[in-house]
Order: sequence, then C-alpha cells, then structure tokens
Amino acid sequence: MPRLVSHPDEVKIVTRRFGMGAAEIDRYIELGGYESAKKCLEQGPEFIINEMKASGLRGRGGAGFPTGLKWSFVPKQSTKPKYVLVNGDESEPGTCKDHLIFLHDPHAVIEGTVIAGLAIGAKTGFIYLRGEYRYLIEIVEKAVADAYAKGFLGKNIFGSETEFQVIVQTGAGAYEVGEESALMESLEGKRGVPRIKPPFPAVVGLYGGPTVINNAETIATVPHIFAMGGAAYAAVGSERNGGTRLFGISGHVERPGVYELPMGYNLKKMIYEVAGGVRGGRQLKAVVPGGSSTPVLLPSEIDLGMDFDQVGKAGSMLGSGGVVVIDDQTCIVEFALRTISFYAHESCGWCIPCREGTDWLKKSLTRFHAGFGTMKDIDNIQYLAENMMGRTFCPLGDAAAMPTIGFVKKFRKEFEDHLNGKPCPFAKHVEVALV
Amino acid sequence: MSTESLSIFSPQLAARFDALVEKYPLRRSALIPMLLYAQDEIGYLSDAVMEEVAERIGITTLDVRNVASYYSMLRFKPVGKYNVQVCTNISCMLRGAYDIFEHLQDRLGIGHKGVTADGVFSLEEVECIGVCCWAPALQVNYDFHDDLTNEKVDDVLASYRAKARSEQAEGGSAHA
Ligand SMILES: Cc1cc2nc3c(=O)[nH]c(=O)nc-3n(C[C@H](O)[C@H](O)[C@H](O)COP(=O)(O)O)c2cc1C
Ligand code: SF4
Ligand code: FES
Repeated sequence: MPRLVSHPDEVKIVTRRFGMGAAEIDRYIELGGYESAKKCLEQGPEFIINEMKASGLRGRGGAGFPTGLKWSFVPKQSTKPKYVLVNGDESEPGTCKDHLIFLHDPHAVIEGTVIAGLAIGAKTGFIYLRGEYRYLIEIVEKAVADAYAKGFLGKNIFGSETEFQVIVQTGAGAYEVGEESALMESLEGKRGVPRIKPPFPAVVGLYGGPTVINNAETIATVPHIFAMGGAAYAAVGSERNGGTRLFGISGHVERPGVYELPMGYNLKKMIYEVAGGVRGGRQLKAVVPGGSSTPVLLPSEIDLGMDFDQVGKAGSMLGSGGVVVIDDQTCIVEFALRTISFYAHESCGWCIPCREGTDWLKKSLTRFHAGFGTMKDIDNIQYLAENMMGRTFCPLGDAAAMPTIGFVKKFRKEFEDHLNGKPCPFAKHVEVALV
Repeated sequence: MSTESLSIFSPQLAARFDALVEKYPLRRSALIPMLLYAQDEIGYLSDAVMEEVAERIGITTLDVRNVASYYSMLRFKPVGKYNVQVCTNISCMLRGAYDIFEHLQDRLGIGHKGVTADGVFSLEEVECIGVCCWAPALQVNYDFHDDLTNEKVDDVLASYRAKARSEQAEGGSAHA
C-alpha cells in the first residue's frame, strides 16, 4: 500500500481527505462531499465556468491548459451527445499522484466529473484508468455504484431533472493512450493511435460528440474549488497558476512521496526540505522536474518556482509534477538510455520520425553506453533528436526528443567520458530487455 | 451470443459480458475490457477467446487481434500462474530496480518473459507502473509490492509459492 507522507509546508486541498476513509461514500459526505455538485446544479453552467476561470486552475495532465477556458470551448448546442472524459491513464514515468487520488478520494473524481458535465451540458462521463490499476478500478467502480445508490448519479441527480451517468473504463497497457485523442480511440475499442487535430475534442471528440478531457487530478480539484471559492483557490498559488499541485518526488531523496504544495513552490526547498535532501548525504547531480519527458535541470538551475510559467522559462516543463531526483553516483548516459528506451517501446509506430527516431536513439545510446561511441555520435544523437521535434503526429515524438537533447547538451562531458572503448565511469550496466 | 452454454467463459463472466456490451453508446467500447477480463480467466488470448469476443461485439476476429496486439497487457501466450512484472523505469532504476530484476532472475532461474518449469512463475521487465514514489516496485498479476529489497522479494516469492502449493493441494483433493 502506497505510503502517505506529510510536511508542514503542504497546503492540503486535494489531499485533504487522504487517509480518512473517504472512499466510503458516507464518510465522504460527512467530510463535505457532494455539496459542490449540488451547488453547481443549482447555479448552472455560466456560474461554473466563471468560477473555474477565476480559480486559475490549469490542467494537471502535463500541458497546463486553463481548465475553465477548455470547458468554455464546448459548443452550447450540439446535435451529438457531449461527454466528459477523465484521463487516469497515468503512465508518464515518475508520476503516481492520480494513483493516490483514486485510492483515497475516488468520490472527488466522480463529483468533479459531474460538475464538468453540468458545465458543458453532458449526460455521460467516462473515467478511464490504466489497466495496471485494477485494484483502483475496483475502488472507483464501487464508489460509482454507491453514488448511483444515493441518487447522485443517474436519471435524476440529487432529485433534479438532470441526468448524469458515469462509466468506469479499464485500459490494457499503453502510455500513448494517455494522449487525449488516442484515449478516445481506445475508449471506442480501437488501437491507441492519435487523431489528427483540428478538429479538437471540444468540438469533435468521443463518438464524434463534443468532449472535455481532463486529467484525474484536475477533475479531483474541481469540487474543492467550489467549496472554497475560485478566487480563494487562485490565491494559494502563484501568478497565473492557481492553487496547489500534487508533486511526486522520487529517486534519490530521503523521503520520497507525493506532497501537495502551492504552485510556484521553490524546487530547491522541495528537494532539500520537503523530501529531506539527497539520500545518503550524496550530492545532487540533476533533476527531471515534471515526468520523464521534461528536460533535465542542473543543480545550478533549481532555485526555481515550480509553476508552468517559471519552469517553462527555465527551459523545461512542469509536466505531470513528477520530480525525479538524481544523485552524483548516477550515469547520465544510462539514465538517458533508459528514458529513450521507454519512448521507443511506447511509440505507437504511426509516424516515421517518432517510430524510427526513438529506435535509432535507443540503439545509438545503447552502443554509446557500452563504450563504442564516437565523438560524432554525440552530435548525431543531438541532431537526430532535434530533427524529431515538431515533426511528429502527436507530442510523444517531442516527449522523447526533448529529454534526450537536454541530457546531451547539459552533460556533454559525461558523454565524452564514454568514448572510444572507455568503460562507463559508474560501472553499472543497463541492458533494457524490453522490446 | 448470450446463452451461457455456448460460451467458453464461466457463467459469471459470460453474464458480465452480456451487460458490458450494452453499457456504452457503442458496443465496440467493451472490446478492451472484455479482452482483459477474458485473459484474467483463461490466462491468455487464445483463438477461441478472440473468436467469442469478436462474435459478442459483432466484429471480425482479425479486427480483435489487431486491436489486442496494440496493448502491452494483452498476450497471446500463457504465462506463469503468478506473473512477476518488475518496473525498471527511471524512478525504480535509481533505487536499484536492475538489482531486483537480476535477483529475481537468479531466484527463478528464468529471464525476461520466461516461465518456470512448474508454471508457477513468469518474469517480465515492464515500464512504469505508477508507484514511482515507493520504488523499486513490482506487480504480481494485479498486486503491487513496493519499497523492495532482495529480502522482501524473497518473502514475496515465498508467499506466492505457498499460495500455489495450497491451491494445488486443494485442487488435488477435490479431484481425488
Ligand atoms: C504521449 C502522451 C501521454 C499522455 N499521458 C497522459 C496521462 O497519462 N494522463 C493525463 O492526464 N494526461 C496525459 N497526457 C496529456 C493529455 O493528452 C491531455 O492533454 C490531458 O489529459 C488534458 O487534461 P488537463 O487539461 O486536465 O491536463 C498525455 C499526452 C501525451 C502526448
Ligand atoms: S509521434 Fe509517436 S506516438 Fe505519436 S503518432 Fe507518431 S509514432 Fe505514434
Ligand atoms: S518508474 Fe517504476 S513505478 Fe514509475
């Protein structure tokens, strides 16, 4: 069972009910649950969207798109049914926050889904969880059944004339399915190959109907916004970055875990104070700030506010909020190899720069790490990765190229140390068996 | 196909599938869950599984096979009774996942995608399983085991071995 952690700097909004038995519906109600949905049902779509805009909430799935704005793009009139789709595919290496939300507070996800549905005029919401999360799927399914039994879901939610149904769906193993249009394909019973955009999901999404798709943390935050008020939520965070975020700190720290901290919280403090510093008294070598696809930061770059804009300005991304901390005994070439191997494994194969590029990069880095690289290889790796950027059908190509470019640029010296038959200075050897 | 007697699945699963295909705006949306649940019961996606699923949804078996081949959890060959899936992705790697993977290879005497001779265990190196903050970690079928050390891995293996033995003993007496 995943361990819960705590730190005085945390501002517990989304994690407020963690460890309190809130997966049980009566307990959830006792803790104020479903009041926000009732309020939203009374107040109507315009109120919901205005409050969401005021909250400054930006999507927690990775890109940080303002949630209220996303909801406002859905056309009011539609001949086809509209849908809400909750993305719980959570497969970006370094990311395990949605896991805790489903485990400890599944009703927050359901309540958020209802509110999103009210905002856009949808009658059905889907909650899609990665297949590996079977025990969580069972928890969410039970929560949904309990919500039906109470009349919070169904033909007449909370005794009103409004209908809202929730369907829980399992995936079956595929990172790429986390991409929004690939997720819709998967939910339609197909291979997870992304769709061409435009049209965007808000106009043509699931089953051809207008669809709002949001990350599970984004959706779980929604009820709290209506409990505390949009402006109060916004005030917790930094400029243009409302509220808190669930940061999953993993790797070489003393106290890894998921911590809820205000947006804009300093990364250095996060590592050294909140997570207890680098494990075993070692030195920090690098930080991957937002899941495996975000470019690496050097120790000199971590005096940094962790919000979408500041991390972006520092040349990386806040991404999924998965902070991976790397100590000085780690081989960066090996780390880069393991990272690209993941993307090579997960590329859906639809477009050539991604399918071939990730494979080439994996092969070059494997050779390199084994000590058979040449000086020219270093440039080639960078050149290849740079030429994948922006030339792929979906952002997975960029997600693979960006970290690779970062590793080569920032740790060139370490790549050079592996040249011409020299063994890896860290003497560890990775042979990625995955194909 | 809704008559249980024609199904290769248990009556419970067949009934579940009858409901599942009606649950979505589109029948086909039931495909991936059905394949996974069928695999849970039968062990892998045999031709017979895919044929019945195809018929229940109303698509071709080829179509089913094409979709199934996309998803990493779906398999066309049997694995051990307990499929040990070790994450070696970055957060786990930093905390010794490759040592854990090696230790498992030694203990079980099999490599990536191998199955032990008695069919009790199979071993697989997998990508991130969403427990990065409690690394290193593995999954045995759907159960998570985190914060691993070699000793903890031995305990985990021992507990599944005992489970397999007791189930076998039970099965044996039932047949006797
Ligand atoms: C390759 C790829 C994988 C993704 N995986 C996930 C995921 O596992 N979970 C998620 O919420 N978003 C994921 N996303 C982002 C989604 O496409 C989408 O932007 C997001 O779910 C929108 O929700 P938000 O606005 O609440 O962030 C992924 C994107 C890409 C390109
Ligand atoms: S970029 Fe990669 S994952 Fe995305 S469509 Fe192309 S091949 Fe598939
Ligand atoms: S990296 Fe191993 S569980 Fe995420």
